[in-house]
Amino acid sequence: MTLTAGFANPVADAQSCFRAVLNAMARPGRVHLVAGVTAPFPLCGAAAAVLLTLADHETPLWLDADAEAAGGWIAFHTGASIVTADRSAFGMALTLPDLTGFPNGTDEMPETAATIILQVASLEAGSRFVLAGPGLRVPAILTVTGLPTDFAAIWQRNHGLFPRGIDLILCSGGHLTALPRSVSIKDA
Amino acid sequence: MKGYNFAYLDEQTKRMIRRALLKAVAIPGHQVPFGSREMPLPYGWGTGGIQVTASVLGPRDVLKVIDQGADDTTNAVSIRRFFALTAGVATTTATAEATVIQTRHRIPEKQLREDQIIVYQVPQPEPLFRLESSRVETKRMHGLADYGLMHVKLYEDVARFGQISISYDYPVMVNERYLMSPSPIPAFDNPKMDMMPALQLFGAGREKRIYAIPPWTRVRSLDFDDHPFRTINAPYPCGLCGAADSYLDEVVTDDRGGRLFVCSDTDHCAERRAAGHVGTDGFQEAAE
Repeated sequence: MTLTAGFANPVADAQSCFRAVLNAMARPGRVHLVAGVTAPFPLCGAAAAVLLTLADHETPLWLDADAEAAGGWIAFHTGASIVTADRSAFGMALTLPDLTGFPNGTDEMPETAATIILQVASLEAGSRFVLAGPGLRVPAILTVTGLPTDFAAIWQRNHGLFPRGIDLILCSGGHLTALPRSVSIKDA
Repeated sequence: MKGYNFAYLDEQTKRMIRRALLKAVAIPGHQVPFGSREMPLPYGWGTGGIQVTASVLGPRDVLKVIDQGADDTTNAVSIRRFFALTAGVATTTATAEATVIQTRHRIPEKQLREDQIIVYQVPQPEPLFRLESSRVETKRMHGLADYGLMHVKLYEDVARFGQISISYDYPVMVNERYLMSPSPIPAFDNPKMDMMPALQLFGAGREKRIYAIPPWTRVRSLDFDDHPFRTINAPYPCGLCGAADSYLDEVVTDDRGGRLFVCSDTDHCAERRAAGHVGTDGFQEAAE
C-alpha cells in the first residue's frame, strides 16, 4: 500500500486552510475553496485538508466506518489516535452520525465539545436551509446535498444546548463551510 | 527569517491555538483556555495577541499594529517589526490597507470591514476578577450566566457616585449570553464592537485565554434603564486635525498648565490632516 502525500507546502497550506475554516465559522454557511492536498480515498480534498490543518496527536479522532480506508493516511500524516465517538475531539464522517454520541462539552467548559467534519455530496445544489445567528447580518441560505431530511430538527436539538453543542464543518470536493453551534437553522 | 518557522510559532502550537480560536468563534464571548507559550518578550507586552496573530497570519496579509491608537509607540513598533522579520509580511499604518490589525487598548476610528480581523491584546480576560477572585467560582458563574455580582457593582457605583464609574474595560454582554471584558479599551470604543463587520479575536498570554466575537454580533454595554450607558470624551475637538468625533489624548505641553488634546488614533489624525483639516493648534500641512 502506498500513501499519498500530505500538504505540498505544509506551513502555507495549513494557514490558508485554517483561514478558510475560521472565516466559515465566523460567517456560517459561506463557502470557501481550499487546495493543496491529494485526498486519500474516500475523502474529498477539503476534508483531508481540514484534518491536516487541525488534527494531531492531541486530538482523538472518531472515524466513520465508511471512511476507514483513509485511516492509514490520517494516522501517518496527523498522528491522531482513532477512538470511539464519545471520547473524540474530532469526527470524520461521510454521513451525518448521531450527534448525541459525541462529547458536547459542559456548561463550564463548552469548548470541550467535538467538531465533526462531514463530507457531503454538494455545497452548490440540493436542500436549502436558512441560517441565522452570530456572524450573519441578515439570514443566509445554505444549499447542500447529503444531509438527512430531518436535519433542521436534529440541529435544533444541538443548537438548543448552547453554549454546549457540536460544531460542524461541511466539506465537498475542494469546498467547505461551517455550522457553529451558535447558528440556528430552518428549512427554506 | 532563517532558523525560525513562519511567524515564529511552531506548527504544533499554531494548531492548538487555531483549534481554540475556532471554539472561541463558535461560542461568542466565552474564554477558551489555551497553552500559552513563552514569547521573546515579557507578559504584558501583548504575548496573547502576538500568539493569536501568529496563528492567523499568512504571507499575503498586511499587518497593522497599534498601541493606544498610535502606530509609532514602542510596543506597536516592536511587534510590527517582529512579524515583518519572522513572517516577512507587509506592514502598514493605514487602517484601510490592513487585513489583520493587532491592537492594544483601542479600536481604530475608521469603520472596519468584513475582510479584516482585529486582534486585541488582553491583560485580564475575566470581567469578574475584581469581584470574585476564584477562577473556579467565576467559571461557574459564566456557566450559569449568573452575572448579578456585576450588576451589584454597577448599582453601587450609581449609589455612591451618581453614575457608573468605569471609563475603560467596561463590561459587555456578547450575544446576550456571556459577560466579557472588551480589554482595556476606553468605554468610548465599546459601541464600535456592536455589530462590527470584522472578526474580533482576543488573546491573553499570561492568563492563557482566547475569546472571540464573530462579525455582526450583538455586543451590549451593561447599564440600567435609568442610567443608560454613555461614552465619555474630552469636550474639545482635536487640536491638530479638528476632529470632534474621535477619542482624544491629553498632552501636557509646558509647565504653565498648557494642554493639547489630540486624536489617540494617529492614522486617523494624519489622514485628516493630509486631507486639509486643521485644528486650532495645528498648522497647514503644505506650509510645513
